[in-house]
Amino acid sequence: MAEVLVLVDHANGTVRKTTAELLTIARRLGEPSAVFVGEGFDAAKEALARYGAQKVYRVESTDVTDHLVAPQAEVLAQLVASASPAAVLIPSNSSGKEVAARLAIKTGSGLITDAVDVQPGEGGGVRTTQSVFAGSYSVISTFTKGTPIVTVKPNSAAPEEAAGAAVDEVVSIEVSEAAKGARITESKPKEATGRPELTEAAIVVSGGRGTGGDFTKVEDFADSLNAAVGASRAAVDAGWYPHTSQVGQTGKQVSPQLYVACGISGAIQHRAGMQTSKTIIA
Amino acid sequence: MNIVVCVKYVPDAQSDRTFNDSDNTTDRLGVDGLLSELDEYAVEEALKIVEAGEGEVTVLTVGPDQAADALKKALQMGAHKAVHVKDDAIHGSDSVATSLVLAEAVKKIGTPDLVITGMASTDGTMSVVPAMLAERLGLPQVTFASELTVEGSTVTIRRDGDAASETIVASLPALVSVTDQINEPRYPSFKGIMAAKKKPVEQWALADLGIDASQVGLDAAWTKVESFTKRPPRAQGQIVTDEGDGGTKLAEFLSAQKFV
Repeated sequence: MAEVLVLVDHANGTVRKTTAELLTIARRLGEPSAVFVGEGFDAAKEALARYGAQKVYRVESTDVTDHLVAPQAEVLAQLVASASPAAVLIPSNSSGKEVAARLAIKTGSGLITDAVDVQPGEGGGVRTTQSVFAGSYSVISTFTKGTPIVTVKPNSAAPEEAAGAAVDEVVSIEVSEAAKGARITESKPKEATGRPELTEAAIVVSGGRGTGGDFTKVEDFADSLNAAVGASRAAVDAGWYPHTSQVGQTGKQVSPQLYVACGISGAIQHRAGMQTSKTIIA
Repeated sequence: MNIVVCVKYVPDAQSDRTFNDSDNTTDRLGVDGLLSELDEYAVEEALKIVEAGEGEVTVLTVGPDQAADALKKALQMGAHKAVHVKDDAIHGSDSVATSLVLAEAVKKIGTPDLVITGMASTDGTMSVVPAMLAERLGLPQVTFASELTVEGSTVTIRRDGDAASETIVASLPALVSVTDQINEPRYPSFKGIMAAKKKPVEQWALADLGIDASQVGLDAAWTKVESFTKRPPRAQGQIVTDEGDGGTKLAEFLSAQKFV
């Protein structure tokens, strides 16, 4: 059975829910091989095995972690060449999409971003579903060239446990000079809020201009539902809530079971970030 | 300091955006279009950099005839000149082909100190073309900048990712993409609007870039849209008027739906 490469989304070995989702999807298409970049493999191994990774390619070179995006694309291109996978699945965040972009050109492969579903195509291949134009259209696509590369949105699959061997091998990579052009000189981790992560939460409560700057009621309500707290662009621009909580076209896109909008007008740029929520209260 | 800003003409998000039944491509003609909102930040950033020193901003687009409107807006904001690549063969291109055309156009303009783009288009919203451009042009990729400084031949940005805020440094020439956090785009002044009318707009076809029609367009795309479906409009919701009991009604709704 062909391998499916899954780029692991983690913070120092703590594997995010998106990785469990991608490994679950990978099992529909072939045998999952996780690609783990950076430090913390020992902490991650158990989670990767639990969600079905048969192999884990470990990339530990600081040449990769110290430079933005380009070296990760080189490593993945090397793995695509050596493993001939059925597909490459990458989380749909900003660096994931950019790694996928460069990988598409390096390997001469089709690229689909922000997939909300990925299934085997009829007669082989891969078929993706995307939700476009602020959720007003659903698009189904297939690939005509190369190794299908898909970036997948959070909450696109329910993670399913399936014991995998997670046999690891360290990948040696010679990062090109050209890929070392953008150096990461500092990294400040985001502070934990103690609340569920916005893109993973089942319930999101957001506040906008109508709160007048006071988010206490929004937060209290969110806490009573164990929900994540979001904010509109207006609230973020006014400095009432951090940009990391912004829901919308240029912030986070969420698709929870319940979205509660407090004091938010519903401009298209905001709706582009939450229109596919199952239930909306405004 | 010469800067090329890549911009896109997109269907207005406030209108009913749709696809062409004939070939499953985005309908770019049946709907009003404009300069992509996120590209305004890129144009503004280029203008600020050039105004702080010297140099020129060239704005570049690949698109149908109407895409000239996107260039016009950028020229009105203050860009010095524009390049419009248009060719019927480009219709239906995927991001890979779009990046090829843009890259060749940048080379023909003369690869500048900085190529600046927005963080994503507001129609495709892929956020991949800037990275592809960096790949094709062999430039350091310095993307999703929420803060940017150029000092001598070094560009430094702050990039806010999901997990961390990073500082990225690169030597010029480089490719930069900017977010909507980076600045506040200026409104064209009356003077700017009048001056734009005299600014040069060059028009290039694929042949001018040495690109064969077989490398771009719908048939060359590496992915294919099989079908598109309009999602049914959401069911008419319940409107609840708060007569002092809004909170109770809300709690009842939430508990009936098993959210509490």
